[in-house]
Amino acid sequence: MDAPFPLLSNSISSGTAVGKSRAEGQTGSGLDTKSMPLRMKVSQLNFYYGKVRALHDVSLDVATNRVTALIGPSGCGKSTLLRTLNRMHETIRHTRMEGEITLDGVNILTLDVTKLRRMVGMVFQKPNPFPKSVYDNVAYGLRINGYSGRLDDAVEKSLRRAALWDEVKDQLRKSAYALSGGQQQRLCIARALAVDPEVLLLDEPCSALDPVNTAKIEELLFELKPTCTLVIVTHNMQQAARVSDSTAFILNGELIETSPTGMMFTTPSDPRTEAYITGRFG
Amino acid sequence: MSSNASMAKRAPSSWSVRAYLRRLATGDVVAHMVTLIFAASIVLIATLLVFQLWNNSAASRQQFGWGFWTTQTWDPVFEHFGALPFIYGTLVTSVLALIIAVPLGLAAAIFLAELSPRVISDKVAFLIDLLAAVPSVIYGLLGIFVVVPLMRTTIGPALKDAFGFLPLFSGPNYGVGFLTAGIILSIMVVPFIISVSREILLTVPREQREAALALGATRWESTWKVVIPWARTGITGSIFLALARALGETMAVTMVIGNDPKIRDSLFAPGYTIAAVIANEFTEATGKLYLSALIELGLVLFLLTFILNGMARLLILATETDRGRAS
Amino acid sequence: MKGFRLIWRKSVNMVMLTLTGVAAFAVVSVLFLILGYLVYYGGRSLNWNFFTQLPKPVGETGGGMANAIVGSAKLLFLAAVIGLPIGLLGGVYLAEFGGKTFGFVVRYTTDLLNGVPSIIMGIFAYSLVVVPMRHFSTLAGGVALGIMTIPISLRSTEEFLRAVPVSLREGAMALGSNRWKTIATVVLPAARGGIITGMLLALARVAGETAPLLFTAFGNQFWSPGWNQPISSLPVVIYTYAISPYDDWHRQAWAAGLVLLGLVFVTNIVVRTFLMRGTSYERS
Repeated sequence: MDAPFPLLSNSISSGTAVGKSRAEGQTGSGLDTKSMPLRMKVSQLNFYYGKVRALHDVSLDVATNRVTALIGPSGCGKSTLLRTLNRMHETIRHTRMEGEITLDGVNILTLDVTKLRRMVGMVFQKPNPFPKSVYDNVAYGLRINGYSGRLDDAVEKSLRRAALWDEVKDQLRKSAYALSGGQQQRLCIARALAVDPEVLLLDEPCSALDPVNTAKIEELLFELKPTCTLVIVTHNMQQAARVSDSTAFILNGELIETSPTGMMFTTPSDPRTEAYITGRFG
Repeated sequence: MSSNASMAKRAPSSWSVRAYLRRLATGDVVAHMVTLIFAASIVLIATLLVFQLWNNSAASRQQFGWGFWTTQTWDPVFEHFGALPFIYGTLVTSVLALIIAVPLGLAAAIFLAELSPRVISDKVAFLIDLLAAVPSVIYGLLGIFVVVPLMRTTIGPALKDAFGFLPLFSGPNYGVGFLTAGIILSIMVVPFIISVSREILLTVPREQREAALALGATRWESTWKVVIPWARTGITGSIFLALARALGETMAVTMVIGNDPKIRDSLFAPGYTIAAVIANEFTEATGKLYLSALIELGLVLFLLTFILNGMARLLILATETDRGRAS
Repeated sequence: MKGFRLIWRKSVNMVMLTLTGVAAFAVVSVLFLILGYLVYYGGRSLNWNFFTQLPKPVGETGGGMANAIVGSAKLLFLAAVIGLPIGLLGGVYLAEFGGKTFGFVVRYTTDLLNGVPSIIMGIFAYSLVVVPMRHFSTLAGGVALGIMTIPISLRSTEEFLRAVPVSLREGAMALGSNRWKTIATVVLPAARGGIITGMLLALARVAGETAPLLFTAFGNQFWSPGWNQPISSLPVVIYTYAISPYDDWHRQAWAAGLVLLGLVFVTNIVVRTFLMRGTSYERS
């Protein structure tokens, strides 16, 4: 379509001019997320670690086939919020969630949690491939969930979607640890994509990677959008501006503001948002 | 993908029975229960062990009561059983073993932790671990064919020449006896003292040593006066561990101690330990009382090692918390 | 005077430090002495007969220890079957599911079992198996040895399971795996090196045990088919032959000692050098 790495050239040139986001060019003029069907909806979410309240009355809409970014300073609760979307918080003791989260209108608490996690996948901050071969990593989710089709085809399809196939197609049986950091992260994305999730959650997926690999993954996200809904947590505002359609700003466990990305970075409504975006704190 | 969405819309209701059965079907509950059962079986085994020891020694306990501990006779023919010779033998050989092993082991641990370069220290520690893995019966083999003759021909006469006036070294020397057993035991427990002490010494903070050296202390002075006292608790723990080990050693001891249930003051005399008498006479025990007496001896040994191991663990634990508090 | 004191301190320093080196050297040389004696005296008697013949009556030469070797193998097999699953699953319980109090109880009991002298284990197996069956058996010996493998294998299983990073577990769960599948397909394989190490070391340790076999497996001049009969084993034969008055038996005891120690050492060295070195997941 465009130049091979449109995002790369954008990110090099954007610098401090956060206003020059992809939102202007790619997502058209003032796309109103409210008019799109919602994949997931968070309503009045309160989250507790033991007695400490980490999230206060958070409500968030996640639009279908769009990228929603969660930004905010360290410790503000954005990762906590992300993890409630696939009930990963249940793996930690003494956590409590109040409020409602729905997937296609169904409360996720009523769904079988392993089914939910197949439909809502997750990619973590540090690449965490299993101590298995590249092939077995991608096939893991399929095998666990009892996939009955041809594994080889599904594995190849996932690796292609993750833009990794060409690099690993001759090394499928090699250990995943033989890959570079950026490749490992794309492998984790392929692994998550293998079970064909409706929604993909990404928790600061590029924070451990160098700019070249970061750009590759951002490009990948853009290509995934038509077939997948994406929610990405990032502490890098430029990345949010480059990649997302709508952005939510979270501070101290509260959702301060959420808007289409273009508007968020040019005309934020809340003064705290503006302070964060212009770098007065963070 | 749309079929997934419609599947989500038809999510089942969360009746409690159904929910439980669903959780059961996922296997997590089953896995928890299965592993729990296996873990619980360990507790069961230990309880059963103590119960059996207690139960099967009942006849002897009832017959002899507390007098068991003070009686010197061990007479299977007339069924008079007393534990004193064995307790004496066990204690003498173990204490002897520690007298030899503690200085030797501590010195070696100091060398490995303080003086030698890390690479050599690690390799030697590996060799010491191998030494700890040598089976008891092999020590016994070498005891019978190497140490006993050595004692009879070389070590014994030398000691007699030097210290023969002491009752400790009086009497005939046949090569077997308390001293030989003590020496072999010391070699068997030295690896434990070395490896535990070495690890503990390695955790003493550099600043302690450096503070002493900066005050003009020699290397030895800083080790002996600063590092060792710092690690004192843990080292004591390692000594308790070694003692517990020595008390329970069976094969090597029974092969070189002479197997004579008497209390004698000479180290050259043959003796008997609790573990040795059980090993030798268990299968020959005719009569319920005989067997019960042997098992009562086993109960004593069990209690002794249990207490010692418990104390050792507490001491070693204390070093770790001490370290935490100090840093 | 001051000068003298300094010289004294320095000489003490030199002497003491040298002594520590001597001590370390002495201990290590004991290891090589043991090996040396066994190789010298035992190596001479190792021949084909040793490995293939049954013991001959006293006075006749040419007997071997085939039954003892097979006996030890059978006993180890039984010990592995009885003890290792308990150690493995118990370790899984402690690392993955364990509650605070019950976990403490299990760990404490395991340490207790570890400190029990092996002859007491023999008494235990005797009252548990030999008394009801009214005779010595391979089974009784296997039970005694099996229980002894539990503490070692459990401790290393738990330790290596705990060391697997949380990120691997989360990765699996985020893909829709539940707890037991995650444990079975990701965590256990990741810890597999350390777990197998613990199991092999446990087996190597009980392979050399004599005391618990003295009144459980007892001993046997001949082959021991099945699991119900008394059975010969290397350590017990070494003991019996060593304390006997016969030179030919002494010779064989040396050879058996060499074989036994060789097996124990080879296992220890191989396991510690190769299996424990790499972990199969990346440590960050």
